[in-house]
Amino acid sequence: MATYYSEEHEWLAVEGDTATLGITKHAAEQLGDVVFVEQQEAGDEFEKGGEIGVIESVKAASELYAPVDGEITEVNEALADNPGALNEDPEGEAWIYKIKIADAAQLEDLMDEAGYKAFIG
Amino acid sequence: MTELKRTPLYDLHVELGGKLVDFAGWEMPVQYPLGIMGEHKQCREKAAVFDVSHMGQVILRGENVGEKLEALCPQAYATLKEGKARYGFFTNADGGIMDDLIVSNAGDHFFVVVNAALRHQDIPHMREHLDGVEVIEIFDRALVAVQGPAAENVVGELCPAARDLKFMETTVADINGVECRISRLGYTGEDGYEISIPEDKAIEITKAFLAHEDCEAAGLGARDSLRLEAGLCLYGNDIDQSTSPIEASLAWAIQKRRKEEGGFPGADRVQKELAEGPAKKLVGIKPTGRAPARQGVEIQCSNGNTIGQITSGVFGPTVGGPVAMGYVAAGHTEPGETVNLIIRGKPQPAEIVALPFVKQNYKR
Repeated sequence: MATYYSEEHEWLAVEGDTATLGITKHAAEQLGDVVFVEQQEAGDEFEKGGEIGVIESVKAASELYAPVDGEITEVNEALADNPGALNEDPEGEAWIYKIKIADAAQLEDLMDEAGYKAFIG
Repeated sequence: MTELKRTPLYDLHVELGGKLVDFAGWEMPVQYPLGIMGEHKQCREKAAVFDVSHMGQVILRGENVGEKLEALCPQAYATLKEGKARYGFFTNADGGIMDDLIVSNAGDHFFVVVNAALRHQDIPHMREHLDGVEVIEIFDRALVAVQGPAAENVVGELCPAARDLKFMETTVADINGVECRISRLGYTGEDGYEISIPEDKAIEITKAFLAHEDCEAAGLGARDSLRLEAGLCLYGNDIDQSTSPIEASLAWAIQKRRKEEGGFPGADRVQKELAEGPAKKLVGIKPTGRAPARQGVEIQCSNGNTIGQITSGVFGPTVGGPVAMGYVAAGHTEPGETVNLIIRGKPQPAEIVALPFVKQNYKR
């Protein structure tokens, strides 16, 4: 399993052609207290750069953009009732989707952990 | 990019780990490490300190200042007693709101606080229209708000005179040997004070407030969610040059004599709307679900017609759900009416509700 990171502050833990997707600790800190998460449904297909959800803090709404092409296979339903989990454990329990990756070559455009750490400074 | 202005409390914001943002050209803390939710609850349950030094503090000196202010504002400032403060606004010739403000009668002068973003408009406006009145903009004092049910103890332990003030009263008193103007008012719906402090003592005195076990620093994020739960308007969001005070549900802030006599800019429109009702009105809106409705969201009535727009919306930490304000057309202003909010293209149910969302807790 390898974990990739996007410039939009998402992490993608990849196993074969499937992956778990969420937002990074850094993103969660920047957002502040998360109060609402709008998720799409299992079966929805998306393209890299497309909007696949919205995360709202007390003050503002932030879009979630797809880091690769793919399809949602599972939605973390627990976030609807407990959006605050995204502040507590964004890189663990509070994953957002499980996805099927359409084009593994797109992973090459993403960063590894060291690259992401350098990116956020 | 022009350089952001800093308040006398800037170094303290940095020391406390404040997350600084550009607010109306000022580098201000939107939150501290406690977070907006925690800071909001701190203010509702105990006490919180806010730096509001970006707002314009103005001294008006001259004969009959209150009377002269009545030519610019629909408030009864001629009869404002010494030691009292009153909320008001400048209106334009069309009856729109130019800015909202707090005017205090300080005895030998009047003390006025205006919005940060409108200092450049309000100061010349007063200089032009207040004949024989010296308009002195204060640049060397901080303005610090201490708000919450424990505010009386936080401030009162350092300044016993503060305990004797009632809501909307103002006085001058020493805090740690420094002369401050202390006014019992605020923008959170809670009891509390706004305190004008000489800039070189501002950090020292603010730290003295923070030393109280019931007091924490809070940023502009919590200030916004607190004021919205309290049903208080934010200039630029809920009120502006086009909205009249009657549309903005601010008729309560216009005293009876002024409603009857007029004599302020735009009085024709204000009196007409008082008599016939405004075409649209600012109301509280409570989304039924969890999705917050932000500024600009369209409001539709049950048959799908557009009836208005959200002007402010946040997640209300005390309410425990989203809260909003917005303008709706006449005929749709009664609490209890069900509406739809069009959030990201999808209708979300909501209800028109009476303001405020959280009971105001003033010491009258």
